[in-house]
Amino acid sequence: MKIGVVVFPGSNCDRDAHGAVVRAGQQAVWLWHGSAELEGVEAIILPGGFSYGDYLRTGAIARFSPIMEAVRRFAAQGGPVLGICNGFQILCEAGLLPGALLRNAGLRFVSRPVYLRVETADTPFTRACARGQVLRMPVAHGEGNYFADVATLAALEREHRVVFRYTDAAGNVTAGANPNGSRANIAGICNRERNVVGLMPHPERAIEPALGSEDGLALFHSLTLASAAIGA
Amino acid sequence: MSFTAEQLQRQGLTPEEYARIRALLGREPNGVELAIFGVMWSEHCSYKSSRLLLKQLPTEGAVVLQGPGENAGAIDAGDGWACVFKIESHNHPSYVEPFQGAATGVGGILRDIFTMGARPVAIMDSLRFGPLEADAAAGVAPPAAARNRTILHGVVAGISHYGNCFGVANLGGETMFDSGYSGNPLVNAFALGLARRDQIFYGRATGEGNPVIYVGAKTGRDGIHGATMASEEFSAASEAKRPNVQVGDPFLEKLLLEACLEAMASGAVVGIQDMGAAGLTSSSCEMGGRSGMGIDLDLDRVPQREAAMTAEEMMLSESQERMLLVAAAGREEEVFAIFRKWGLDAAVVGRVRAGGRLRVHHQGRLVADIPNAALTDEAPRYRRPAQAPAQAAAPPPAGWTAPASEEALLRLLASPNLASTALVYEQYDTTIGANTLTAPGSGAGVLRLPGGRRALAMALDGVGRYCRLDPRQGARLAVAEAARNVACTGARPVAATNCLNLGNPEKPAVMWQLQEVVAGMGEACRALDTPITGGNVSLYNETLGQGIDPTPVLGVVGLLELSGHPASWRPPAAYLPAPGRAVCLVSAAAGLDAGQARRRLGSSEYAATILRRVWGEPPALDLAREKALHDFLATAAGAELVDSASDVSRGGLAVCLAKCILSRPVTAPEIAPVGARLAWPEALAPEIAGDAELALFSEVPGWVVVSCEPAAVGELRGLAQHRGLDWYELGRTEREGSGGERLRIAGRGWKLDAAVPELAAAWRGGLAGALGETAGTPTAELVEAQA
Repeated sequence: MKIGVVVFPGSNCDRDAHGAVVRAGQQAVWLWHGSAELEGVEAIILPGGFSYGDYLRTGAIARFSPIMEAVRRFAAQGGPVLGICNGFQILCEAGLLPGALLRNAGLRFVSRPVYLRVETADTPFTRACARGQVLRMPVAHGEGNYFADVATLAALEREHRVVFRYTDAAGNVTAGANPNGSRANIAGICNRERNVVGLMPHPERAIEPALGSEDGLALFHSLTLASAAIGA
Repeated sequence: MSFTAEQLQRQGLTPEEYARIRALLGREPNGVELAIFGVMWSEHCSYKSSRLLLKQLPTEGAVVLQGPGENAGAIDAGDGWACVFKIESHNHPSYVEPFQGAATGVGGILRDIFTMGARPVAIMDSLRFGPLEADAAAGVAPPAAARNRTILHGVVAGISHYGNCFGVANLGGETMFDSGYSGNPLVNAFALGLARRDQIFYGRATGEGNPVIYVGAKTGRDGIHGATMASEEFSAASEAKRPNVQVGDPFLEKLLLEACLEAMASGAVVGIQDMGAAGLTSSSCEMGGRSGMGIDLDLDRVPQREAAMTAEEMMLSESQERMLLVAAAGREEEVFAIFRKWGLDAAVVGRVRAGGRLRVHHQGRLVADIPNAALTDEAPRYRRPAQAPAQAAAPPPAGWTAPASEEALLRLLASPNLASTALVYEQYDTTIGANTLTAPGSGAGVLRLPGGRRALAMALDGVGRYCRLDPRQGARLAVAEAARNVACTGARPVAATNCLNLGNPEKPAVMWQLQEVVAGMGEACRALDTPITGGNVSLYNETLGQGIDPTPVLGVVGLLELSGHPASWRPPAAYLPAPGRAVCLVSAAAGLDAGQARRRLGSSEYAATILRRVWGEPPALDLAREKALHDFLATAAGAELVDSASDVSRGGLAVCLAKCILSRPVTAPEIAPVGARLAWPEALAPEIAGDAELALFSEVPGWVVVSCEPAAVGELRGLAQHRGLDWYELGRTEREGSGGERLRIAGRGWKLDAAVPELAAAWRGGLAGALGETAGTPTAELVEAQA
């Protein structure tokens, strides 16, 4: 499967995302922010980093880049899109996902391992997971505090569009497990069509036991299952 | 044209130095030239007080590819990789403007690394601040403590901002507090990068007629005279120096990194150097100086952020995120295309010329014409007078009442010097790059190399208090501790970088400290086979005449073989991983009699924190056995015999053992909390075995606590004794469950028995408590409490 990793100026997790795709046995290609050419990819990853320096607001400038127009069309046609960290912020700014990511409640950058509970296996990036499964991977962000209005939050819950929630190791949703003050401990969500997923934690850094966890690989493995489903 | 003493002073030059300039030029300098000499002959750029001493340091070794003199040192890391690394200070700017000072310190050291063609993969920081809490007895007034807290927050936020945005893993470092750093915080930033061994780039201007290309940010008026500021003491008016501090833009630097590496890979670049201290001046004369060529600069072509800048301002600006490179003639357009792609300015601002002169043109006039050598090799070097301070070391207190061991341990663990620094390092991205094997919270960081066959371990260490009492011994201890921390991960220490932080070298006592520090460092680096490949000297760390303890900070890098281990193998940890493990102590220390132990206790954290008095001498060190200890640690880890290894450094054995229990990753439930039931081995030091205070809190760097499967004890003992090291079994880890774990240590006639949750609360909350913070943020500690 051919998976595109977008490079914005200031992306700094692009190489790690590329590496994770390759480790999952798939083909990774670079997509340049200044081009609208998708090179025939079957899925797209918007990696973490500080696109355009995150000036103005995280992801606020990146959404206007030529590649994002192509990503929008790709998503509208049902193509799987994963936004990690800054990629999640860009997807929210671009209106491909609802809500916004505010400054962490503690007002500081937070870098530490966290646990995520998979809330739905019904997305192209969680198909290899079981609902309720707990994954361990790092977070590293200053603005990961997920916020949406009450109606949106209710819709996300009702439509099972909360994909990941911060929990403790046993899978319990607790205040202590929430690293950034996100509403309802939300770590990741998807769009109504379920093909666009964004999350703050870094699955691409949890791909080998030597790194402390290989739980993140499940997201990349899921795509191969997803492509079969999309083809069907 | 002639200059008044006042004009000379403004450029940081003495009348004698001015006479030397006239002799070197054979004429009077003009104003621009005087400014260029002023900055290049500043202590910061010329090392005029330290250069003669630094020649004593060992700089060569089997793995050294590049020693001091380039932008950074380089070693052969195997598999065709070169590891490029260096440490540098940004102390003065961080005092004046903590956030930007620290941020640009990180930015500067990162540029030094990628200038060599290496992609930065790790940074570490060694930080020193004044006390965080007001303390009348120690002369720390509330406003000073508040200022220290502000400096800490600013420095940590600055490092976090720059490193995280640039995108490099922070592998830790150290954070320490002492009243001497109150007006003189130290911010030493270390960076390490990787390049292919045959693709290292150098700061050399070669090939007559080749274009000199300026890339990166535009030049503004910021940072002018920054190098001169770093070469003088601070006064009450130092706040006014704020405009001398540069402002960093990590996003721009990230673009510069990618563009430079791409330009280097194109083959069009023949030499490159970053514009750090003294900006355009130092980069152009040093690049010319290294290759014996000259550079003609045309300042009208320099991209400028502000209008009507003078030649002097442009030559002295320390605007950040700029590089000077020399391209192959005819390939300019290739270079421009790459920089355009990354949205960066690039302009030809000069040519390489024969003749070894720096010639600067501005508005059609030749405004400076100086032989490079006059600015670099022929800069003055001083053998400044050195004199050991007259007063003898403070006497030990006549007597004191020791607190209960448990109480002393709790107070030590909660003290900012020994408490958990998670509050600091959780603000740094530690896992970016997906190669971090050991993250902050251990004595050393470990990072895997591409290909996964090898890893690099790295540590920063230095204890100012040891150096106050004996600078030579303190420097030896700093080298040994950094190397030992690297060895505790199973790596073999192979090379070092140093940052020497001292006071005003024009004071004979400080000059003596510098001599002693360099001598001790050289001796230890020789003995431990860790040659110095580069670094930095930061003098004039004085405010209002109050200087710091001499503080040499050593960065040691070691090589770790992974190829013999299963893919999931991880280096020995700093924590005791499970119940039922044997806890042992391997010793490279000589015997310790009661008199020695009492004198050395005076240099310990226990003396400073609990007894609030410092006296005596630093710990002893047997360098030959120390080397054997490192070999033992690497061999034992390589044979997969040890689970953990931690040296008995600041705080002594009790603090070491407590931290072995407490420093496990709290978010990893598979690593159960453990307690330990231990006996202090009588034979370790019979004369102090009956004295709980000495037995528990003496700092003995030659002792290392290791844990292992009980079945491995015999083999480990054999490996230790074969190397002439002593081996003791202390006891076992155990688990009671339900938070009932205890740390129990029994000695002759005394015992320590402490509840692990209490120790944990003290250690984890210590720094936040000193900062006056409550648990407002969800922290890892809360996660554990919930689990």
